[in-house]
Amino acid sequence: MTDNTERRVVSVIVVNEASVLSRITDLFSGRGYNITSLTVAPIPDSKYSRLTIVTSGSVRVIEQITKQLHKLIPVLRVYEHADLVEKEMALVKFPITENISDISAICNAYNGKIVNVGNDVIITMIADEPKRVDHYLQAIKKYNPKEIVRSGAVALER
Amino acid sequence: MQISGAQMVIEALIAEGVDTVFGYPGGAIMNVYDEIYKQDKFQHILTRHEQAAVHAAEGYSKASGKVGVSMITSGPGFTNAVTGLADAYMDSIPLVVISGQVPMSLIGTDAFQEIDAVGISRSCTKHNYLVTDAKDLPRILKEAFYIARTGRPGPVHVDIPKDVTAQIAEFNYDVALDLETYKPHVKGNPRQIKKAMEAIAHAKRPLFYLGGGIINSNAAYEVRELVHTTGIPAVETFMARGTLSYDDDLLIGMLGMHGSYAANMAMSETDLVIALGARFDDRVTGKLSEFAKNAAVIHVDIDPASISKLVNANYPIVGDVKNVVTEMLKLTSLVDSSKYEPWRETIENFAELHPLTFHEDTENLKPQWVVKRVGELLGDDANISTDVGQHQMWAAQFYPFTRPRQFISSGGLGTMGFGFPAAMGVKAAVPEKTSINFTGDGSILMNCQELMTAVEKKLPIINIILNNNFLGMVRQWQTLFYDKRHSETDLSVQPDFVKLAEAFGGIGYRVSTKEEFDAALKEAVERNIVAFIDVKVERFENVMPMVPSGGSLFNMMLLEKKESK
Repeated sequence: MTDNTERRVVSVIVVNEASVLSRITDLFSGRGYNITSLTVAPIPDSKYSRLTIVTSGSVRVIEQITKQLHKLIPVLRVYEHADLVEKEMALVKFPITENISDISAICNAYNGKIVNVGNDVIITMIADEPKRVDHYLQAIKKYNPKEIVRSGAVALER
Repeated sequence: MQISGAQMVIEALIAEGVDTVFGYPGGAIMNVYDEIYKQDKFQHILTRHEQAAVHAAEGYSKASGKVGVSMITSGPGFTNAVTGLADAYMDSIPLVVISGQVPMSLIGTDAFQEIDAVGISRSCTKHNYLVTDAKDLPRILKEAFYIARTGRPGPVHVDIPKDVTAQIAEFNYDVALDLETYKPHVKGNPRQIKKAMEAIAHAKRPLFYLGGGIINSNAAYEVRELVHTTGIPAVETFMARGTLSYDDDLLIGMLGMHGSYAANMAMSETDLVIALGARFDDRVTGKLSEFAKNAAVIHVDIDPASISKLVNANYPIVGDVKNVVTEMLKLTSLVDSSKYEPWRETIENFAELHPLTFHEDTENLKPQWVVKRVGELLGDDANISTDVGQHQMWAAQFYPFTRPRQFISSGGLGTMGFGFPAAMGVKAAVPEKTSINFTGDGSILMNCQELMTAVEKKLPIINIILNNNFLGMVRQWQTLFYDKRHSETDLSVQPDFVKLAEAFGGIGYRVSTKEEFDAALKEAVERNIVAFIDVKVERFENVMPMVPSGGSLFNMMLLEKKESK
């Protein structure tokens, strides 16, 4: 596997049934593929669920991933996205003693805001492209974030 | 009609035309076994180990082309069967394996004989089901058979909790399947097929690379016609043995790690590989970057994931081999077979330079001689199964196969202990042929308890033990690559195989000369009961030629040249 590895977003439409998620993750672990992130939720008004998997590998590996996913019986469709809108959410908890207006301004720049204020902490939420989420998390480092949660990416073809 | 889950299993098996089930009862599957007792539509063969039940179902399936069925209980019954599932998965054998499970209310409580069976079988089956309601059972069983035999065939596992087998629900098997997410691609793209045939017509040194998919799709006779009308030489994989008859002028031989010099050289020199139902396994290709280096590749396979997985295909054709080859046959007028005459001569020269052979230069019998001799004496009248190891390679190299489904062996997984139970399945499916199992003194002990099944069910398998008092294949690697450190491979201490067979009610022979062997085989065939023929063979014989693991196909270790005696 010396060829160039690249990041890819793959969406998988699966029948919403018991153990379908294990089938997908077993396939990745069993064949040595990477999962950077994985999100899953039912598609409204249907018997299907949609998974968004961020993975990486050489062109050949990515091709195998989509083909192997297709082979699973409950998989309806696999999209290997080229041109897509991709978003990820991040929740971050800060001590209330930090500079809230600075934090709020930074959140604004990343499609976010303060979503909860408690006695000791505030919680912010942003939703942006995964790369920009990285930037955001870099930017807020000096405000001593106590906890960070990323959701994993969701994506739609343009 | 309203019936129990257990009765549904029986009705479904009958509706699927199943005539033989291999299995082993136990607590969680007892309701189903109770219904087996009450019916007379199919026979049940009680093996003496669950692993053997699945291997027997595999042998049955490979010999007959039908779906093999095996039935086992929960927990250890199931885990014993896992090797069989994995074996069938690697070799694309259609099976439906039904296991009992603890009652629904006990699942997840670490109940007696509980194991997460579908969790374990997920990675070694084509698909699996945990049935949670008897009303789903008819659909699930119907899907299981359909999925097992269509597309790239494979094992399907159905796990049924005990209370579901007792539950009463409506049974109707005549419902159309609605599998929106499973639609195997059977028909090849006509434009791609045309392009492939044009590429063949333009090639100077094309080569058929025939794989086990041909056997699975019952395409051997179509492939024979394609090979003969085009005049293009062919190599077979281990799994494809019998696709062409051994005496076919266009069959170069088996390729790969223990392939013939001519076959491996042809693959190295070809300018167009025509892969039919083959998957470029590492035991076939050797070093990938050197494999068929100057060749374009046509790859026909039912499984899109097999195409361009390891070797890039210039002409990918997804489809059933039989279907695609039938279409190719309509376009053979594009191909001028006389054009390949120089190429055929080149290959003949390869074959003359280093023919596939062995030297009879020791007092002890050579194992290859035994295989050849069985071929001379029984030939087409025998179905051949094997275990795994040196004897398996010698069988693949030296037996004169004349037809598809004659050779039944564990290719992908390489399961020692496969041969004897598989041979029982073969015999159950094709009773009119003699069933020979070539085995080794290592492998045979890994399912020798099946002597009991074979005696009880009158399955007269003739097990020919090529006995070198070694775990021979590992010993060969140790000799060649580990400086002769024969770590844990010396099997000098072994049972009396004659007495072992006799203890179960079979017959045993110990032979060390050609005359003794001939006499023993003749008698075993005549007496028609399960037999062990313990053949003392040359201890240090190696399987040759050999492409060392990871080496290039054209870099073979070859048999030393000697004047033949």
